Amino acid sequence: MIPYSYSFRNLWTRRITTLLTASGMGLVVFVFAATLMLAEGLEKTLVQTGSPENVIVIRKSANSEVQSGVERNQASLLSSQPEVAIGPDGNPLFAKELVVLINLKKRGSNKPANVVIRGIDAASLQLRPAVHLAEGRMPRPGSAEVIAGKSIARRFNGCGLGETLRFGMRDWRVVGVFDAGATGFSSEIWGDVDQMMQAFRRQVYSSVTFRLRDAGGFDAYRARVESDPRLTVEAKRESKYYADQSESMAKFLRILGMVLTVVFSIGAVIGATITMYAAVANRVTEIGTLRALGFQRGSILAAFIMESLLLGLCGGVLGVVAASFMQLITISTMNWQSFAELAFSFTLTFRILWQSLLFSLVMGFIGGVLPAFRAARMNIVESLRAT
Amino acid sequence: MAYETPIVQIRDLSKSYRRGSQVIPVLTGINFDIAQGEFVALMGPSGSGKSTLLNLIAGIDSADGGSIRVGGVEITSLTESELAHWRAGNVGFIFQFYNLIPVLTAYENVELPLLLTPLKRDERREHVEAALNVVGLADRMDHYPSQLSGGQQQRVAIARAIVTDPEILVADEPTGDLDRSSAEEILQLMDRLVHTFKKTIIMVTHDPRAAEKAHLIRHLEKGELSTN
Repeated sequence: MIPYSYSFRNLWTRRITTLLTASGMGLVVFVFAATLMLAEGLEKTLVQTGSPENVIVIRKSANSEVQSGVERNQASLLSSQPEVAIGPDGNPLFAKELVVLINLKKRGSNKPANVVIRGIDAASLQLRPAVHLAEGRMPRPGSAEVIAGKSIARRFNGCGLGETLRFGMRDWRVVGVFDAGATGFSSEIWGDVDQMMQAFRRQVYSSVTFRLRDAGGFDAYRARVESDPRLTVEAKRESKYYADQSESMAKFLRILGMVLTVVFSIGAVIGATITMYAAVANRVTEIGTLRALGFQRGSILAAFIMESLLLGLCGGVLGVVAASFMQLITISTMNWQSFAELAFSFTLTFRILWQSLLFSLVMGFIGGVLPAFRAARMNIVESLRAT
Repeated sequence: MAYETPIVQIRDLSKSYRRGSQVIPVLTGINFDIAQGEFVALMGPSGSGKSTLLNLIAGIDSADGGSIRVGGVEITSLTESELAHWRAGNVGFIFQFYNLIPVLTAYENVELPLLLTPLKRDERREHVEAALNVVGLADRMDHYPSQLSGGQQQRVAIARAIVTDPEILVADEPTGDLDRSSAEEILQLMDRLVHTFKKTIIMVTHDPRAAEKAHLIRHLEKGELSTN
């Protein structure tokens, strides 16, 4: 076989051309990786929002808390099941919550967007250990006070510490800002559930969430409550519930990413093909010499395909390196499943890394295959005469 | 120089090229023997078919008719792939423009033909160093072709041609691109390959000084061979 160094050094010898062609491919790999990272970030944020030991109960056939309703008597029935864990204070770790969407204006642009208001119960905070107060204090029960998730406090008018918000025909003072890490809770506003029920004139809760006494008790609980004729509810592990919330958006992002990259990659592959045709045309005598020395057509084919694969890999590395910087950026957009704003980051995983590099190799291969065949099919005498 | 079996035996060899619908005969009814250890010069005007004859003997072109036996092998009946394999072990090439691979060092250029053999890295190193020693360039093995003079490049090319120890060397205008003193060095080297290493060299040349070094000069004219 012709040594790999032959392919590598030829790329290095014409490094400007190599760099330009690889940049074109890198751009496509960047788009490819970035959309996958976006979908991954969305999924990760929502999956991290839920905890597997928690169970969320919503109305049967409701897709999200916003569409759900759980009546007061149903809620108390749900709380009295044996699988519900008891907290250190002797009360069940069980929270009846209200979820309402309100319209708030973004800082700077004044563009409206939907924000989740969550009416919380005494146990809500205990159920979400990821959530902790970053600034200020917790709202006093029975008062018109709220706390805002840190990405909401930063991005929406009136949501910062000490500011006042108007919704539900009342003014609400922001007395604290909470940090819920990279979870969906960071994009919510929390206040006392009873105050919220009054303000929004609601008779029913949106959902109830509780901690399992024993993580294995979920199936029994679900079977019992879902077959109870008094209850028209559906129980899901909280982690599964939030993972489902990301499904359609993540799928959309992935399909969009695929369509974009397929279209762009046609351009990049044509670029690689032109570069490789030029490489073959410049090395006709070399090819003839190698064939005369006894190298078979297959070896020539392999050497040029190797060169093109390396070219693709250069592009892949450039694209992935560029995409990895996207991890510094946080995106805030509407999650269609919950109709609410959600902040999440580009997330690079090992899987996205190898998929991107594989994609770049595929582009390199497709770009190189025709020129490599031309090189392999050359007539020895004619190519030696090309000197 | 009396050798029993000629290393190259050519019988009734013919070759023509097609240009559109026209068939242009290049070689017609060539009969030609070359004894082992011979240094043969093929001369003749441009288009006389001397390079074609050399290419046919070296197995990089295919004949239309007749037979070419080299070292007992009828090369006209080999498939393309068998021919490539045969060339790798039996023929060394010396070109007018050296045809070194510019991105490989002198060492790597000389090593190329050995990559087609089952030799291990250490064994290849021994062979490459021996070949570079023969041409007197062992101290330049890490240089790239662009860092060498024309004469040095041609010596590297000769090292590449002899590194697999083939019996036959074919040279197409080996001094055509060199100044007089470099050309003289190359010719002396080729002479040494014949006398010391018992190689058979078939050389196409326009240069009468180059031809003088040969034991035998054959002239080709309009596709036919004449002894001079």
